[in-house]
Amino acid sequence: MSWAFTFDVALTALVLGVAIWTLSLRENFGAVVAFAVYGLTLTLVWLRLGAPDVALTEAAIGSGLTGALLLAAAARLRSTEAAIAAESPGGGVRVAAAVLSAIVAGGIVLAVLALPVPAPSLAPNAVADLAATGLGNAVTGVLMAYRAADTLLEKVVVLIAVIAVWSLADSRVWGGRPGPAHRAEPDGALAFLARRLPPLGIVAGVYIAWVGADMPGGAFPGGTIIAAMWLLTIMAGVKDTPPISSRGLRLALTVGPAVFLAVGLCGFFIADAFLAYPVAYAKPLIVLVEVGMVLTIAVSLGLLMAGPPERSGK
Amino acid sequence: MSSVTLFGLLAALLVGLGLYGLIVHPHPLRKILSFNLLGGGVFLLLGVVARRGAGAGLAGDPVPQALVITGLVVAFAGTALAVMLLLRLFQESGTASLRADALAGKDAKKVDR
Repeated sequence: MSWAFTFDVALTALVLGVAIWTLSLRENFGAVVAFAVYGLTLTLVWLRLGAPDVALTEAAIGSGLTGALLLAAAARLRSTEAAIAAESPGGGVRVAAAVLSAIVAGGIVLAVLALPVPAPSLAPNAVADLAATGLGNAVTGVLMAYRAADTLLEKVVVLIAVIAVWSLADSRVWGGRPGPAHRAEPDGALAFLARRLPPLGIVAGVYIAWVGADMPGGAFPGGTIIAAMWLLTIMAGVKDTPPISSRGLRLALTVGPAVFLAVGLCGFFIADAFLAYPVAYAKPLIVLVEVGMVLTIAVSLGLLMAGPPERSGK
Repeated sequence: MSSVTLFGLLAALLVGLGLYGLIVHPHPLRKILSFNLLGGGVFLLLGVVARRGAGAGLAGDPVPQALVITGLVVAFAGTALAVMLLLRLFQESGTASLRADALAGKDAKKVDR
């Protein structure tokens, strides 16, 4: 048994252990922390599967942002835990759930063992035309060129999610500022961090988005890092959340999908198809779309974390 | 057995574990968390498919990998919406219970007093 395989067996045991730990903890707060650890162990699996782009996104969004979102919710819902714990289902339901879960997992196991050999792959096709897009990273090529329609629709889905979250607001505070007002000691460590870290973090986020064209990275992890910097300044009370009626905010939210859609429609005239790029201008057009996307991803992820408006904007 | 098959089996077990947690945990926040755990298994399955499709100098088929990146962002958006709905329920009713009688019972108590 090679060292690499031994490592993979240990990693599998670790992920399973953390997953069981996440489910078995009694308190929500601890379970959410365990879930963030679970996301980080999955990041290692993604690296072992030769998918560094996915690993970056999993660490930033799957573990980091989702963990922070659930942690904040667990803190606000702490008073509800005791009453709901009494609603735990009895032994019969537990056994039935275990049987059902085992059947589903067993079915997937059979599917995994029956995967076709040789495996079907679009990798040769993706590499063959990659030079025409001016990109060096095949995953970015899929996201921005071959399957650009998916990425465009996903931007719209995120935008709709922001609108859906806003629609949960009390009508008296519509147009106001999302989330509670955060107060931190002005000379404390958090406020210090919130002033010193964002300049570095924003540069790191832009860098990761930029190198995504040729190396692991891209608009999603890059935009998430920028969103995290924004959230840090909000939580430290250095900068309040903007009122959702703010024109600048709404512009930042829509610029990504709008530029993407405009470039896509131009494709009809300059490249014969929706979302097609003419070979000579493919790279500049993709960079233009990505710049708008990074801004929109950062703003929309930050707003999804901040929640519906809770206070008047004045 | 190869590492890829091993991770495929891991993905299947994670889906099973997540489904079990989704059913038996009564707290909605834990249901959301279990659902995300289940999602991690589904994404991993796509990762296994991608790795098996390695070729042309790439460590994995980039198409399923790109699907996972898109999926992770959409999963976060869905999770955020679910959490905000839950917080709104708590704000309105003072409970986070999903049982139909939890809200009704609370109102009845108010009338008794």
